[in-house]
Amino acid sequence: MAKHTLSVLVENKPGVLTRIAALFSRRGFNIESLAVGPTEHAEVSRMTIVVNVEDSPLEQVTKQLNKLVEVIKIVELDAAAAVQRELVLVKVGATPETRSQVLDAVQLFKAKVVDVAPDAVTIQIIGNTGKIADFLRVVEPFGIRELVQSGAIAIGRGSRSISERGKPVAVPVTPAS
Amino acid sequence: MSEQQQGASTSSGQVTGAESLVKSLEAAGVTDIFGIPGGAILPAYDPLMDSPIRHILVRHEQGAGHAAQGYASATGRVGVCMATSGPGATNLVTPIADAHMDSVPIVAITGQVGAQFIGTDAFQEADIRGITMPITKHNFLVTDPAEIPRTIAEAFHIASTGRPGPVLVDVAKSALQASTSFAWPSEIHLPGYRPVTRPHAKQIREAARLMLESRRPVLYVGGGTIRSGASRQLIELAELTGIPVLTTLMARGAFPDSHPQHLGMPGMHGTVAAVAGLQKSDLIISLGARFDDRVTGNLDSFAPGAKVIHADIDPAEIGKNRHADVPIVGDVREVLIDLITALRTEADAGNTGDYEGWVQFLAGVKKKYPLGYDKPADGGLAPQYVLERINAISDSDTIYTAGVGQHQMWAAQFIDYEQPNRWLNSGGAGTMGYAVPAAMGAKVGMPGQTVWAIDGDGCFQMTNQELATCAINDIPIKVAVINNESLGMVRQWQTLFYNERYSNTDLHSKRIPDFVKLAEAYGCVGLACDSPDDVDATIRKAMEINDVPVVVDFRVHRDAMVWPMVAAGTSNDDIKYARDLAPQFDEDDL
Repeated sequence: MAKHTLSVLVENKPGVLTRIAALFSRRGFNIESLAVGPTEHAEVSRMTIVVNVEDSPLEQVTKQLNKLVEVIKIVELDAAAAVQRELVLVKVGATPETRSQVLDAVQLFKAKVVDVAPDAVTIQIIGNTGKIADFLRVVEPFGIRELVQSGAIAIGRGSRSISERGKPVAVPVTPAS
Repeated sequence: MSEQQQGASTSSGQVTGAESLVKSLEAAGVTDIFGIPGGAILPAYDPLMDSPIRHILVRHEQGAGHAAQGYASATGRVGVCMATSGPGATNLVTPIADAHMDSVPIVAITGQVGAQFIGTDAFQEADIRGITMPITKHNFLVTDPAEIPRTIAEAFHIASTGRPGPVLVDVAKSALQASTSFAWPSEIHLPGYRPVTRPHAKQIREAARLMLESRRPVLYVGGGTIRSGASRQLIELAELTGIPVLTTLMARGAFPDSHPQHLGMPGMHGTVAAVAGLQKSDLIISLGARFDDRVTGNLDSFAPGAKVIHADIDPAEIGKNRHADVPIVGDVREVLIDLITALRTEADAGNTGDYEGWVQFLAGVKKKYPLGYDKPADGGLAPQYVLERINAISDSDTIYTAGVGQHQMWAAQFIDYEQPNRWLNSGGAGTMGYAVPAAMGAKVGMPGQTVWAIDGDGCFQMTNQELATCAINDIPIKVAVINNESLGMVRQWQTLFYNERYSNTDLHSKRIPDFVKLAEAYGCVGLACDSPDDVDATIRKAMEINDVPVVVDFRVHRDAMVWPMVAAGTSNDDIKYARDLAPQFDEDDL
């Protein structure tokens, strides 16, 4: 199994997220992470979907996704040619004895303390999947009390935009008869 | 639709959302709707009364849905059904799922509770848009009355173009009651919906090359060929190349059964020649078919020596079950036109395929293993004989519908289909109860043609309430109930695989109900027949009655089985011509 990152441009309409999530589950795929938000075009939303699948079922699910009327475009982002980021907020135990070690880790990973309590600190870390896993391994011995993680978002490197394409073509209304 | 309507938006003054909906349906070219009113859709039924659209009041929403399917499949136009919220809408779920599996263009209009009540578990509220997401091509929930015309225009466009399918439009009661203006759009903007119909020239060249190189090619014709209206082109390509043809359950009639190149239907109950034609071929040219499990049997051993040219308008079908060596995304009709041009150019240059040995081999198989059946030893009525006689006595442009099970397979096997859109059945979903309402829809769409519903006694009891609709609305369909007093196909499996333990398949329908009396109670003519000697006279009598629906109770021998058979999950190589009888192929001829 290999990890694939899909960028899916969709019409910003109610129910689109349900359609996409349901399609993955109906076709037997587990979504590893999903992030959705607005884009530079008000009428378009962008989803970044990370899935763990073989190439051939991925092709099938991509084709099925493309059939959804509200899906405008799907691009698979190659890890080497894209910047990928996740955000984690984590509450780590920090006693007077361990606090300095925790803060060292924060500094080493260019993370940030966003809240402090007498026996814990809340840390924000942004990075790719690997960096975040490494950081969590380092702070794990101090006790992870609570963790919340965003889905990955990703963008292709270089100057080209994923949404660069011709103006959508309007089609004449077809009669039923 | 008139030129005027196709031009710039036509608008009028203030109307209600309900009036806007009815005007939109008129503008979309709708002439017939099957439906049942109820609370949430009630506002729409008021302007419908003044509309030229014919609304046929059915007895159950499932009947409305299948009628819309039968109408669409017989005419090629979009079928329309209408229901209220909650249970009205959920009763449409089966026909919508059926239309989704078989790519039938229908639009379902449902009422929804008022926008302010959505999500409150209001009376007769059901999230029908959520429920039908996996079984529609697309669906809409309309709460803003201004969105009604655009949504209806989009719904008909999506249902009828590309790979056809069902579209549901759920309209909140508040939107139907609100005041709005009506303007029929002249254009629609669906940035994510751009079906590809023109095949790629490179793929066509590659396909033509493989076809010329091949020694054992076969044209595997699916329902997409019928939906794209490509029968004429199919005949042209087949005759140009001499390649043998087989038509799937969904494609019966796409290629004339009487044509010498036709091998019949492939699949679980296909002919030996059609199954062998796939299994032993070196090139399968798939035209609007989808390598369904009922056709391929065990996939790993399916047509092991064949390369595949897979043409389909839906890219997701290509390579889904079987690897495609030459994928062609496009409308089957356009694919065929381009293939004909390419192969004609080759033929003019002296390049034609050499299929002589293959054609001879398959002709031998076809001759050695024709479709047949045993006459019941007790002199009882063979169901296959009934179908042979209906076929012989009915006009050649008769439309047939079927339920699901043994009678469906016999109807697919023993009736000759010479034209497309004359065989309507539930192929993918396998919906028992399809026949009667689908026949009703077909008859409404094609009133000049005889419509026979070939039904089983099990299926018939699921939807026969629509006989009332037919009798009251002058829709004189003919129903042949192949009554073996059983859930026959299930019984056949119990005979073959469950040691003849007949768990819950005995329907006692030669005793209860009395189908003749039932027909009469519904205002139809009821006839019965239980002897081979009376079959012709009974069919002729049914053929003479054209003012009311006719139901014939054909009381047939209950142990008849459908042969040939490829048991579920086994290889096509293990096809049985009859029980314990495997065909012997003379492989040296290949």
